[in-house]
Amino acid sequence: MSDLTIISTLFASSARLQKKRAYLTIAAIAWGTVAILMLLAFGEGLKRQLDRNRRSTGENLAVIWPGETSKTYKGLPAGRAIHVRAGDIDWIRERMPELRAVHGEMQTWRPATYGRTVKNLRIIGTNPSYGESRKHYPVAGGRFFNDEDEAQRRRVIFLGDEVAKDLFGHEDPVGKTLLIANSPYLVIGVMQHKTQMGMYGGPDSNHAVIPMSTFRAQFSREVLQELVIEVQDPAQMKAELRKLNEVLGPKYGYDPGDDHAMHTWDMVKSSQVTKNILTGIQLFLGIVGALTLIIGGVGVANIMYAVVKERTREIGVKMALGAKRRWIIVPFVLEGLTYTLVGGALGMTIATLLVASMSFIDIEHNKVLSFLGRPTLSLQIGMFTSCILGLIGVLAGYFPARRAASIDPAATLRYE
Amino acid sequence: MNRNGSIIHMSGIRKVYDTGKVKVEALKGVDLEIRKGEMVAIVGPSGSGKSTLMNLLGCLDTPTAGSYELGGDDVAGVTRDELAEIRNRRVGFVFQNFNLLPHISSQENVEMPMLFGGVPVRERRERARDLLTKVGLGDRVDHKPTELSGGQMQRVAIARALAMDPAIILADEPTGNLDTSSGSDIMSIFNELWKQGRTLVIITHDPALAKRASRVVEIRDGVVMNDHMN
Ligand SMILES: Nc1ncnc2c1ncn2[C@@H]1O[C@H](COP(=O)(O)OP(=O)(O)O)[C@@H](O)[C@H]1O
Ligand SMILES: [Mg+2]
Repeated sequence: MSDLTIISTLFASSARLQKKRAYLTIAAIAWGTVAILMLLAFGEGLKRQLDRNRRSTGENLAVIWPGETSKTYKGLPAGRAIHVRAGDIDWIRERMPELRAVHGEMQTWRPATYGRTVKNLRIIGTNPSYGESRKHYPVAGGRFFNDEDEAQRRRVIFLGDEVAKDLFGHEDPVGKTLLIANSPYLVIGVMQHKTQMGMYGGPDSNHAVIPMSTFRAQFSREVLQELVIEVQDPAQMKAELRKLNEVLGPKYGYDPGDDHAMHTWDMVKSSQVTKNILTGIQLFLGIVGALTLIIGGVGVANIMYAVVKERTREIGVKMALGAKRRWIIVPFVLEGLTYTLVGGALGMTIATLLVASMSFIDIEHNKVLSFLGRPTLSLQIGMFTSCILGLIGVLAGYFPARRAASIDPAATLRYE
Repeated sequence: MNRNGSIIHMSGIRKVYDTGKVKVEALKGVDLEIRKGEMVAIVGPSGSGKSTLMNLLGCLDTPTAGSYELGGDDVAGVTRDELAEIRNRRVGFVFQNFNLLPHISSQENVEMPMLFGGVPVRERRERARDLLTKVGLGDRVDHKPTELSGGQMQRVAIARALAMDPAIILADEPTGNLDTSSGSDIMSIFNELWKQGRTLVIITHDPALAKRASRVVEIRDGVVMNDHMN
């Protein structure tokens, strides 16, 4: 006969004597499980939300601000300002065809007027492909400007959702005309609401975008405030930025190794930092949750200690009759596991219901929640929690039982 | 079993209980030889070391010094699990306080040693039923110990001791908690077992019971004082 049969027979005969205090222990484990799951779910939700918010600026992007040289280059002195011009965009595009997109941005602050409402507005002049790259998705009924608008220097404008709200209130801005520095512009689209994590100059919802050709004509500008490049694959970003300097350096007369000539914000790199911080936060939440669960585990250890103590004579009798150590210990381990697994299953059910009920909360239009995200359970979280529960159950049953089973049966039988 | 037919061979057995502060020497050099088929009564005043001796005989405990051969095998240096197997196959215990498991039926109590001995379920059931019938409890198989009288519990314990058909039965004051009539019933069962050829070692206070044994060993203060055939 196998060990398994012996152990399961013994476990079945001891399982009939469940005690009332087992309920308390099961409740403690359930509570600990809810705590760990909610903390981890919160961490997961935060992670997913931040990831989404991070992406909402755009993916695989880098922003480049022309600065001043800090090194001499081919007879040129240091301290020269670099000016990248609108026409250079196509020039870069030709030399770096592997880039998914190259955009230029020009910026100005001008009063915008609609009816009696006036608002000082940040206006960006840029290329049509910017809409896609920088995730300026239009609300249904609108659009971003296109090549035609750019070619015709049309006075069309795409509004950030906050701008639209400030100027138009509940009115639909699309098709309406507003004045930018006294020139009329036709509103062709409003950006869909998004919660943005990384930004420069301000949130996208607070600016308005017009075709670059229109911007140049109205504001007589040639110099770009910044360049935005998009790579195909995030792994290429570092090499592409180096290449950009190698392309632009000779043209503008700066040393490609000069860090001050071009200031860069590599979003690929900073998103990696964010990811690391998030992993840290999740680890922290996991540890806090695990500690809570371990307090429940102390309860199980306690009950198992009491159960073993109570059955010391029984253990002695079984050993006198020929039970081997493992036949004594394993049923106690199974008993401890039963408490933690029942408690764990209960806790998981409660946590799942809690998380499910939170899916009805509208987080998009709440400033705090739109950053925190929605608590989310995942398979990994479930596995992690189950492993901790299993470990607690096994240890809680194993140690007291092992102790009792290591005493000579004679001493155990004397025990009253 | 060794050459001269002795099933139990103890020499120079000492047992010291170390309770931290005080050391109690419960056995101070015991030599004891028991031959197959003997029925030995061990008598002596309370605290003289009888139970200690029985625990050592049944491998429930290990001696501080001395050597012990059970059925010809030296039990010194044997692992705990091997000792468990020796107890399971060679020895049947009967205790003063019965030591039945309270939550399970008579039937399951009797099956317990066979479970540890690897006897298949069907055989276990059958044999437990047979043994309970033999001790006169054929109609009490499904009763739990708490639903039985003292005499009945001790009979369940005897059935359990016989479950693995051991060569030796060790009983520590088996009638100590029983009234006279149940006590003599139990003694009759023991006599019956002796006639069947089993070796019995019975610890008792009762001189009347000691008279029914083939040999009486008297322990006093941890040493054998007297050893005679009846
Ligand atoms: N586990 C133990 N720890 C300490 N002392 C013990 C232990 N078992 C027995 N003793 C002591 O050993 C002596 C013999 O005990 P025991 O063998 O039970 O005697 P008996 O069965 O003859 O009454 C007694 O003094 C008793 O107190
Ligand atoms: Mg005694």
